[in-house]
Amino acid sequence: MTFFLEVLVGGLLSGAMYSLVALGFVLIYKASGVFNFAQGAQVLFAALTFVSVAERGVPMWAAFVLTLAAMVSLAIAIERVVLTRLVNRPPITLFLATLGLSFVIEGVAQSVWGTQVHGLELGIPDRPVDVLGLSLSTFDLTAAGIALALVAGLALVFRYTAFGLALRGVADDPLAALSIGIDLDRVYSIAWSIAGAVGLVAGLLWGARLGVQFSLSLVVLKSLPVLIVGGFTSIAGTIVAGLLVGASEKLAEVYLGALVGGGIESFFPYVLALLCLLVRPHGLFGERRVERI
Amino acid sequence: MLYRHTGRVIEPSALLPVREERVLAALVLGLAFALPLWGSDYLFSAILVPVLVLGLAGLGQNLLTGYTGLLSVGSAAFMSVGAFATYNFALRVPGLPLLLSIALGGLSAALVGVLFGLPSLRIKGFYLIVSTLAAQFFVQWVFTRVSWFSNGSSSGVISAPPLAIAGIDLSSPGGRYLLALGIALVLTLIARNLVQSSFGRSLMALRDMDTAAAVIGIPIVRNKLLAFALSSFYLGVAGALWAFVYLGTVEPHGFDLNRSFQVLFVAIIGGLGSITGSFLGAAFVVLLPVALDHLQALLFEHTLSSGLLENVQKIVFGVLILLVLIREPQGLAKLCSRLRTKLRSWPFAD
Repeated sequence: MTFFLEVLVGGLLSGAMYSLVALGFVLIYKASGVFNFAQGAQVLFAALTFVSVAERGVPMWAAFVLTLAAMVSLAIAIERVVLTRLVNRPPITLFLATLGLSFVIEGVAQSVWGTQVHGLELGIPDRPVDVLGLSLSTFDLTAAGIALALVAGLALVFRYTAFGLALRGVADDPLAALSIGIDLDRVYSIAWSIAGAVGLVAGLLWGARLGVQFSLSLVVLKSLPVLIVGGFTSIAGTIVAGLLVGASEKLAEVYLGALVGGGIESFFPYVLALLCLLVRPHGLFGERRVERI
Repeated sequence: MLYRHTGRVIEPSALLPVREERVLAALVLGLAFALPLWGSDYLFSAILVPVLVLGLAGLGQNLLTGYTGLLSVGSAAFMSVGAFATYNFALRVPGLPLLLSIALGGLSAALVGVLFGLPSLRIKGFYLIVSTLAAQFFVQWVFTRVSWFSNGSSSGVISAPPLAIAGIDLSSPGGRYLLALGIALVLTLIARNLVQSSFGRSLMALRDMDTAAAVIGIPIVRNKLLAFALSSFYLGVAGALWAFVYLGTVEPHGFDLNRSFQVLFVAIIGGLGSITGSFLGAAFVVLLPVALDHLQALLFEHTLSSGLLENVQKIVFGVLILLVLIREPQGLAKLCSRLRTKLRSWPFAD
């Protein structure tokens, strides 16, 4: 039983990190209706930039600010150079554009900062602690705490601030939002910037766990099922789905994986997402607006 | 160019409506089949064979994404099913002819394609990415874990069955090229006729507006699944050719997500919804790294690291995708047809 609970909690903790990455998607999807495949590349770009700047002797807070500035400029550049030129194109075209974008960002990040693996030490202690009889890592707990706090904070921003209202308006009906005087370009830029900032935090937390390297950009593949299960538009859904995917993936690996030879972690979230699509195509919390025929 | 269109009656559905075009096509084909008499091994194994095979894969992707409007990012999974099925048919059925085992490999891929296409009946747009990504990861996992598929090889590496048709050995670079050319040519002609048939038009109707297609009586469920089957068949055959005719030996990781993206890029750069485009795109994707390599040899004399070069290549591909999507959504095929129209009226009109 203790073992089961440890696996479950371990899964929930990594699930919190999935939610964090998926949150970046939800933001951009809500604002501009784009499924942004480049999110993973942005995570990689942020983590690589932070590590490389910090390794050159810049204090950590300054490196953070610098990277944040880089992410915001990247977001604005994406908006200006790519998205405005693809207005009114079908969603598939926009998705393919972000796929191209992810190649560019990954290529640039690795050409500028190199391809070697960087270690990242954030100063968060990583030792086992005993919580209610379960052995957990302090780092995982802190990381999950930061992730959940960020997600919850953003959820509040979207519910109670003027920008949040504007964003929800744009998500609901861009034309109506435009006609009542909401600056679409500004909303897009801010949403992409916040997504970049979220990507930075995700990159730091994941990078401290796995090392800052190319595989960071593959996080995108882990959070796609989270997005589907949670429904594309709901922030609360993202949290729940992240936890659900993280926990079920670890439990399946330990209990089902033993029966079939292991390694099912790589595709299990997709099975979950597929089941979800077949039963509830709009996800657990999404709006019932999935087009079907 | 060679002739004028003025004053001619042209049957639009004919393959090559104008006599001059037929003569030209016959010449080009004759040349293509006679090429092994003088072409170099490098030309065959490093350029022509991969272009033909990747073009066939791009055609498979195009049938699904370009003609039917269903986005797939799991093409490499269907390619690997084709490769592994072909390997097993050739291995376990003694005396099975090579072409037949490749065809059976393609049919197995078609079956798997239909299976993963089933969710497309309920979902569409980029939600379909999930189903095709599931195919990508699941199929790769199966071929890595279940060693029966690779005849007990622990790493999942499989190597080519003997490449011979009716006793004629085709394992030389020229022979491999002829094999790839023959299969690609036949399948391309079939695809071209299918696309122009009422079935092909119903697929395009589905892509352009599914509700309208349903209203005029096009069976949506059947056609979507058929599109998956057809596309996966092409991908499966391409996978078998990629594994055995181009590489000679392959492991499951040779068909990873990056291969799927490569095939998708072939279809996008070449032109979605175009058959010639698939092969133009493949030529571009195969030749670009070669060209970049020559360029850096010329400019930097091999001083750049291979890692940097790979990243530069990535950037170039990414930028090209963006450029194509923004400037010319119909890709290289459209550029070529525009050039053709210009040349036809040159020098009398602009």
